[in-house]
Amino acid sequence: MTGFPILSLITFLPLLGAFLVLTIRGDAALVARNARFVALWASGVTFVMSLFLWIGFDTTTAEFQFQDRMEWMPAFKISYHLGVDGISMLFVLLSTLLTPICILASWESIKVRVKEYMVAFLVMETMMVGMFSALDIILFYVFFEGVLIPMFLIIGVWGGPRRVYAAFKFFLFTLVGSVLMLLAILAMYFVAGTASIPELMRFGFPTGMQTWLWLAFLASFAVKLPMWPVHTWLPDAHVEAPTAGSVILAGVLLKFGAYGFLRFSLPMFPDATVAFTPLIYALSIIAVIYTSLVALAQEDMKKLIAYSSVAHMGFVTVGTFTLTVQGIEGAIFQSLSHGIVSGALFLVVGVVYDRVHSREIATYEGLVHRMPAYGLVFMLFMLASVGLPGTSGFIGEILILVGAFQANTWVAALTATGLVLGAIYMLYLYRRVVFGKLTKEDLKKLLDLSPREMAVFAPLIVLVFVMGIYPGPFLDVMHVSVDNLINSIEVARAGAGNVALVGR
Amino acid sequence: MPIASLPNPIPVLPELFLAGVAMALLLLGVFQKAGGKGDDVRSSRLISVLGVITLILTLLLVMTVARGGAVSTFGGMFVTDAFAVYLKVFVLIASALSLVIAEDYLEHQNSARFEYAVLILLATLGMMLMVSANNLISLYVGLELQSLALYVVAAFQRHDLRSTEAGLKYFVLGALASGMLLYGASLVYGFAGTTDFTALATLFAKGQAGAPALGLVIGIVFILVGLAFKVSAVPFHMWTPDVYEGAPTPVTAFFSVAPKLAAVGLLVRVMIGPFGELADQWQQIVVFISIASMALGGFVAINQRNIKRMMAYSSIGHVGYALIGLAVGNQVGVRGILIYMAIYIFMNLGVFTCILCMRRGGAMVEDIDDLAGLSKTHPMLALALAIFMFSMAGIPPLAGFFSKLYIFLAAIEAGLYALAVIGVLTSVVAAYYYLRIIKVMYFDDVTDALDKPVRREIGLVIFGTSAVILLFFLLPGPLLDGAGAAAAALFTG
Repeated sequence: MTGFPILSLITFLPLLGAFLVLTIRGDAALVARNARFVALWASGVTFVMSLFLWIGFDTTTAEFQFQDRMEWMPAFKISYHLGVDGISMLFVLLSTLLTPICILASWESIKVRVKEYMVAFLVMETMMVGMFSALDIILFYVFFEGVLIPMFLIIGVWGGPRRVYAAFKFFLFTLVGSVLMLLAILAMYFVAGTASIPELMRFGFPTGMQTWLWLAFLASFAVKLPMWPVHTWLPDAHVEAPTAGSVILAGVLLKFGAYGFLRFSLPMFPDATVAFTPLIYALSIIAVIYTSLVALAQEDMKKLIAYSSVAHMGFVTVGTFTLTVQGIEGAIFQSLSHGIVSGALFLVVGVVYDRVHSREIATYEGLVHRMPAYGLVFMLFMLASVGLPGTSGFIGEILILVGAFQANTWVAALTATGLVLGAIYMLYLYRRVVFGKLTKEDLKKLLDLSPREMAVFAPLIVLVFVMGIYPGPFLDVMHVSVDNLINSIEVARAGAGNVALVGR
Repeated sequence: MPIASLPNPIPVLPELFLAGVAMALLLLGVFQKAGGKGDDVRSSRLISVLGVITLILTLLLVMTVARGGAVSTFGGMFVTDAFAVYLKVFVLIASALSLVIAEDYLEHQNSARFEYAVLILLATLGMMLMVSANNLISLYVGLELQSLALYVVAAFQRHDLRSTEAGLKYFVLGALASGMLLYGASLVYGFAGTTDFTALATLFAKGQAGAPALGLVIGIVFILVGLAFKVSAVPFHMWTPDVYEGAPTPVTAFFSVAPKLAAVGLLVRVMIGPFGELADQWQQIVVFISIASMALGGFVAINQRNIKRMMAYSSIGHVGYALIGLAVGNQVGVRGILIYMAIYIFMNLGVFTCILCMRRGGAMVEDIDDLAGLSKTHPMLALALAIFMFSMAGIPPLAGFFSKLYIFLAAIEAGLYALAVIGVLTSVVAAYYYLRIIKVMYFDDVTDALDKPVRREIGLVIFGTSAVILLFFLLPGPLLDGAGAAAAALFTG
């Protein structure tokens, strides 16, 4: 490491902000105002700091960079160890980018208990960044699971009418998966005698054990991702969460699962990964086709986007398990792109929800006549979600499909139907909400996007186009790490005397 | 030479001190002015403050004596090793905190009497003897000293029907359990010919050939049953919900921490020490008790409306987790238990101190629904209670997560996978009812606000315990090292 603990700083700066927000006292309106500003500053500074990660990032090595290491529980050889590589670095940036945007998006829509809300968001940012950069498996679990607390409160306190049900479902579903993963983590820790993730990656677990460990990790990541059939918590959580909660949920929390596969399942259990690839393919294809059809039938805008998330994450799992450079890079790219696009789509819904307080598609019609700018923004993100060339969604999906075609033509062909279905439900949604005649009286008084809302969307729009038109810098960051990942899997598989069936 | 035959008093110094002071305080209390208005409160306050000071001094004495390493005295009946010292430290902390939070409640309920503090001191003395016992006889003496004091404090509100019922129930069932324990001890004595732990251990270590005598196994089972009653493990838990609900709240707080800690310590010492070589005989019983406790504690608590009853089932569940460490039966497992119990007492005391703040119009309320909207009326209290609940559910980064982590680590290391899987799954069930408290406090609207917390010392206890639980992850080293040393002492000594 280089001396300056920048990664720790990025991780714990939001926590410091949360502490500052907690200490604000005084008259209610003033407290709310100050809490908003402190939270925005804390998360904004964190984002700027995290940009230095990218600037200082060495794209020629697959080693972990910016490592920070300290003794934590020496009796157990568990340490506080952070670091990022090409796979995790962009996820850290995604978290630090979306948090200030969420805080800005909640500026006016959150009116009660603003202070607690901001504290919850800042604590969550610490957990998210920590999760993506933890290099000690116990530390990883602490962050991974710790996210539940702020998210549970955000859904439960500031959510919609069925918030209690949604919050409990979210919490308990995730917890069931995670505790099984915890046991697997403990088993790995015991067998390998270390909690360090880089060492565990090199350890090489016995094949028989890999199967069980892989399944335990699947239990956790499949719920988080979510994969069919354990995705049912997601629509509820998304619908009931406040807008910014949905953004973080879709933008970052779902990526925990994708990241988990790449960080743990693939490098640590290569044999089991290959053995279970057909299962993942099957579940992913079901997710892509089935949830796309379900999305088509939704009457609630947030629910529709939630189901579309399940379908898009199905693409990510297909790409990840092709074990090809294109597939995995596509999966990471698609994760990032989905984080931005689906987050933005929830914000788009949030804009009209703040004005009309309804998420029903039937409530809306012809919004373009009153809100032209809104119609444009909505269209951009809708097309990005569909995967139109020129937007970030296209790059991710095309890379995944290229990878999938190398691995298995049928899988690729079936997955590709998701593109068509995605276009159908998104265009259908857009037609119903934005086009048509504006006849409803209450919609005729709507105002177009405010400058604050413009500020929320502007960085996301820029990113969608930059990632879509010039994806090079993003792919460069991950390329060496992904190559190294695939090589290590092949070496491990060859070492196990089982060279057949590597899907490339 | 009469001098030479006197046992070495240094290891028992803390106990001697505590016993002497407890009796002196009893006398002091008797000679206080009584009968007039406010006299009871005044003497109760005086003795209570002196009691807390005594416990703190005893704690210092325990730490000082501990410097000498493992020493036994009174003909091997009493031993002071790192294991005993570790448990004594936390028993004394738990007792002192329970005494601190009790005074306010007792005064409000018009049942402030100086005997309360004296009884707590005597019960604490019994616990210290229990964890230091190195002989079935001294074990029984310590256990009974503790139990008799506890029977009385359970019925301390003698004008309250529920409290007297709780006391009586506890007494009858406790006497039954003591009888079983005694019967088991006599069987062991009959078949092994000794009651000394060290002698028993060497005896079993030598007699490897063939299975142990049937009578001996029955004796061990009876001892196990008697102790399982004391730690309120399923299926010997029936008294727990009723006694927890009926006893005055500070007494329940005390019950749920100090005696439980001492009894778990005793159980570990007896099973690992003298009967460690016979682990094959008792391990499956402990596994069953552990699973049953975790499952019952998880499922039955869901339907409880009274928070004290819910905490009773919660404590049954927690004992189930701690017993996983005993089922493992090695040093790692014992270390897990010790860490678990230490963190548990802070969580539980914190929760009960919060329950002591549940007062409306001067009267105590105990329903979970009475907490509705607490986060709006008492934000700090709700935050503390939420920290405790998340911790009990085992969510990182709170201390409760780490306590479960070390227990499950031991189970995985020993290959008890089924036990570990059942354990984590019941912890998810348990998470549901802990979350329900948070839901009531944070998601529901205020129906009828509780009174503002009154006394400063209660606020301090809540603040202190919640800080321990919240910030444990910053500095886990000292507790882990202490527990490691204590567990090591049990296996080498």
